[in-house]
Amino acid sequence: MTRGRLMRNVSTEAGLLLIGIPVLLWTLIPLYHMFLFAISPKDAAFSGQLWPTNPTLRNFEMVFGQKHHFLYNFWQQMLNSVLISVGTAIVTLVVATAAAFSISRLRLKGGRLVMNLALFTYFIPAAFLAVPMYKTMGIYGLLNSDWSLVLAMVTVASPYAIWILRQASDKLPVELDEAAIIDGASPLQLFRMVYLPLMVPSLIAVGTYALLLAWNEYLYAFLLLSKDTAITLPVALGNFLAADDSPWELLMTAGFIYALPPAAIYYAFRKYMSSGLTAGAVKG
Amino acid sequence: MTASTVEDTTRREASRRVGFSISAKQAWGLLFVAPYMAVFVLFVVFPVSYSFWLARDPQLYVELAKDPIFLRTAINTLVFLLVAINVKMVLALFLSGFFTHPRWWVKITAALFVLPWAVPSIPTILSIRFMLNPEWGVINQLIFKLTMDDGPNWLNDPTLAMALSMVVHIWKSLPFWTLILLAGRLAIPQEIYEAASVDGAGAWHRFRYITWPSISMLYVTCTLLSMLFTLGDFNSVYLLTGGGPADLTHVLATLGIRYLRLDQLNMAMASIVCAMPFVLPLVFFMMKRLSR
Repeated sequence: MTRGRLMRNVSTEAGLLLIGIPVLLWTLIPLYHMFLFAISPKDAAFSGQLWPTNPTLRNFEMVFGQKHHFLYNFWQQMLNSVLISVGTAIVTLVVATAAAFSISRLRLKGGRLVMNLALFTYFIPAAFLAVPMYKTMGIYGLLNSDWSLVLAMVTVASPYAIWILRQASDKLPVELDEAAIIDGASPLQLFRMVYLPLMVPSLIAVGTYALLLAWNEYLYAFLLLSKDTAITLPVALGNFLAADDSPWELLMTAGFIYALPPAAIYYAFRKYMSSGLTAGAVKG
Repeated sequence: MTASTVEDTTRREASRRVGFSISAKQAWGLLFVAPYMAVFVLFVVFPVSYSFWLARDPQLYVELAKDPIFLRTAINTLVFLLVAINVKMVLALFLSGFFTHPRWWVKITAALFVLPWAVPSIPTILSIRFMLNPEWGVINQLIFKLTMDDGPNWLNDPTLAMALSMVVHIWKSLPFWTLILLAGRLAIPQEIYEAASVDGAGAWHRFRYITWPSISMLYVTCTLLSMLFTLGDFNSVYLLTGGGPADLTHVLATLGIRYLRLDQLNMAMASIVCAMPFVLPLVFFMMKRLSR
């Protein structure tokens, strides 16, 4: 390696570090700040240290033991979040997979129209649909039931899910369907035995997407659920804000606990997520 | 387009030969699409029509125009869109270039960079809100240590609070757009860059003549889509400022909820209906672009 080339490599490396370090700080500081509060004793949290002198797990004990009146329903609210996100993922998968199969493999007449309706929903700003949705759920008598949030989240998640699944299923060769039909398969058998097994990677991507969307949702949860035992954890955390004497270290601890599952799920399915979810967008 | 038209015609002829009843395949097709159509009718068509019906009285819009908070909100929303989206997309474009460099530590940075997007808004935005607390927040403590002066009361100043909502919005949504643009860059064949390098093209020329022409359409699509998503972003503003101080930092997404909490359902619907002449053309344009 010549001296000039070495110098050039060193300066490229330095340039990259000059971007990389601020990017890391920008990304991680709010997250680290949350973690720092979770492991700090109550009064030490406000001292502005980079690492607490006496790190403690007491906040976790308080949260898990529901030992503060803000947290009396912690486990119930966590369970609500789990049920609602799993419910959303399952219903979205059923609805969107069936629709994508119909549009892409059965070549439904008017499939294009359905696709456009789905895209229309996807593009309507989420907060704009929230107010009418709240009123509608009241009319249907679903307010305060888990189903209201599941159905609202399915409405929000399925358009993108259908879009992604349709693009994936358009790539499957037609010959597969033809062979199955010659063998006497009904559309239902075609769906179950040929289509679903081939779509597994996309189904994982879409299921994860719907699960995370519902887990992370705040606005719809905050509007549609209000009873202390019916709300999800984000709404409970939001309610901390109303009080003057909010126990911030407990809020941060509960928030940290709540943020862990989506991060873990995201990393576990990262391969499917990035290939599945960006495939659609790159086309544009 | 032509291929599918030809196909449609043959199919139509085929079904005419069989008779006028729809084929079994189409019946199954309808059955499979029915669950989604049910969701669409019950939770999109009905709510949207109902809200237009509730907001049908012209008097509502007169009232809305007289509400100084509505006017302030309209301006805030416009500024939010113009500034936040452009800053975010330019940063995403720049960072997507950074993430194409094949280094082990760049890969790790990319993996961590996704966290703000993957993790729920509420704990992270509240964490930022707490950092900005004028008395105990880490930022003002730092300012005090360095200058022996008190820092600003960040969220009590409407301009600063608005700017910080944009920062939060960018913090949260930058990873998503960076990943999309990164995917766009990675789809460009590497040989073109190699050929350009052999010809002595520098980094700027490679960007100007290879990267940008390849991803400019994607960039425009992303910007427009981001506009619709940003209009729907309730969390960044609500969780950071709650619309305060004195209701001066609302955007359209939080204003509807404000009216709702004041028990003025019709005003809530009307404020959203007001945005439709701007939103709908954009929605139809995006549908056209992406349904191809």
